[in-house]
Amino acid sequence: MASNAFLLEYLPIVIFLCIAGGMSCVMLLFSLLVSKRNPDPEKNAAYECGFDAFEDARSKFDVRFYLVAILFIIFDLEVAFLFPWAVTLGKIGMFGFWSMVIFLGILTVGFIYEWKKGALDWE
Amino acid sequence: MNNMLTLTALQPLWAELFMAMMVMGFLIFGVFKGDQSTRLLTFLGILGLFFVSVLLMNAPLGKEPLLGGMLVQDVFGRNVKLILVVALAVSYMLSLKYLYDTGFVKFEFPILILLAGLGMFLMVSAHHLLSFYMALELQSLSLYILAAFHRNSAKSAEAGIKYFILGALSSGLILFGISLLYGFTGVLDYTQLGQIIAELEGIEKTGVVFGMMFLMAGLAFKISAVPFHMWTPDVYEGASLPVTAFFALAPKLAALALLLRLLVGPFEALVTDWQMVIMFLSVMSMVWAAFAGLVQKNLKRLMAYSSIGNMGYALLGVVMLTTEGVTATFFYLMLYLIMVAGVFAVMLCMQRDGVVFKQIEDLAGLSKNHPKLAYAMALLMFSMSGIPPLSGFFGKMIVFQEVVAQEMYVLALVGVLTSVVAAYYYLRIIKVMFFDAPDMPYSKGFGVFRNGVIIVSVLFAVFYVLRPDALLPFARTTATDLLTPPAIIQTHDIQLDN
Repeated sequence: MASNAFLLEYLPIVIFLCIAGGMSCVMLLFSLLVSKRNPDPEKNAAYECGFDAFEDARSKFDVRFYLVAILFIIFDLEVAFLFPWAVTLGKIGMFGFWSMVIFLGILTVGFIYEWKKGALDWE
Repeated sequence: MNNMLTLTALQPLWAELFMAMMVMGFLIFGVFKGDQSTRLLTFLGILGLFFVSVLLMNAPLGKEPLLGGMLVQDVFGRNVKLILVVALAVSYMLSLKYLYDTGFVKFEFPILILLAGLGMFLMVSAHHLLSFYMALELQSLSLYILAAFHRNSAKSAEAGIKYFILGALSSGLILFGISLLYGFTGVLDYTQLGQIIAELEGIEKTGVVFGMMFLMAGLAFKISAVPFHMWTPDVYEGASLPVTAFFALAPKLAALALLLRLLVGPFEALVTDWQMVIMFLSVMSMVWAAFAGLVQKNLKRLMAYSSIGNMGYALLGVVMLTTEGVTATFFYLMLYLIMVAGVFAVMLCMQRDGVVFKQIEDLAGLSKNHPKLAYAMALLMFSMSGIPPLSGFFGKMIVFQEVVAQEMYVLALVGVLTSVVAAYYYLRIIKVMFFDAPDMPYSKGFGVFRNGVIIVSVLFAVFYVLRPDALLPFARTTATDLLTPPAIIQTHDIQLDN
């Protein structure tokens, strides 16, 4: 039974999933059944550093936060690619070097675009 | 990993590289020159696409995978890309005047179309599940932005969001399928995948079939085959008109080519499993599109259902995966694309002072106000519904001929009956144009490009009967090459023979 032997390799994952699912169910169930609950309006109110809640927590925020976060992630990931590249540069040679240079060039095109477009301005 | 990757070694991919360079060059140029450069960029784009086609013609072709097995540049891919180049150029021609008329000039527009085109090129060439997914996402992301391009319009934003969410869902299905395939075979390369799948047995084969089904469901989203079509009418309606024209022309062809390459390559051994699925998608698309199209009031939604239905007819040729069947599919799609280009060019003319009209009733009295436009539209509609002397008839005929030759009479019957039902909504447009009370005329001056596209499309539809086999050799070369197993022919330099 070659196929069973193959699937058997995945047995630890199944066991892990069972444990993970079981544990979380047990935690939820016990806190639901065992804990004491005695809610009143004060307890249910949103907690804001001891003050009364001023407004709804779901407020509008400037879309530029999102934009900056996205732009940050792009260049953050670039660094994540640069580290393994720098470590193995001796082995991958000129091919690896120029591959990364081309990649950085493409990123630079995008960077020039976002800069000129004013995505980095915050007035 | 010290293989010399020189520019000559990359010659098969020069067309793709050139397109990528074009995109980046345009981006820098556009961002420095501002939105005023849109017109120049569009013309440069058309010129660049011409160069791309020249590079494609001269590319050394072969079944040998390139870039470590990621991509392949064969006759099939080259031919599909040539069709795509034409579709991209037509999209440029149709979009330019519209952008200036409606005052929504953004230099990103031609760049996004080009970027989507690059994604489609890579999709057609993909020979590895990773490059397949990367290419698909490159194309899809560009299309999401294009759908939401008219960002002041709520409908356009809705179209973009809807397309994005359902597209993300289909990408998720595809990725899950890929992970199942990888889990059961341990490889991602098409060739190796095909070899391993052919030898699988029992439960492992079941797993691979599951993976394949997820992959096919995801791709059915992309070619908008029923029951994965629900995004199509909304996105077609919400997106601005030249974007809709682009959606109708290019992406589905690329996704179909991708699907075909998967079906004949890795999934060849699973024919019995996917055949039923393709048959189901095909029949459902034909039937659903024919009946849902009847109640549409919006021209763009109607065209969406029309494209769903036509994808159903095109899939009919794929069911048996014979050379003749795939030939019929490509032949049908080419004729359809030429008609669709004309129809959208006519629709783009329906505007008055920058306001676009897109309801079917807005066509009322077109024969009084713009007789030439009305006759062009009427001929195209007759052709779409498959009335004999026009080009649309030949497409349907070849497909049905092949289906009957394979003795799938039920499929042929469904196809013929649904095309009769669908003929109603094409003919209704003619009725509205010629017999309903006229409204105010539309703005004069349709532009050279738009007129050109309409004239070429109508002349093609009318005079195709004189050379009814004109596009067949091209379609046949494409299909033959697709179905040629790579083991027999290793490399071959074929000059374009049509």
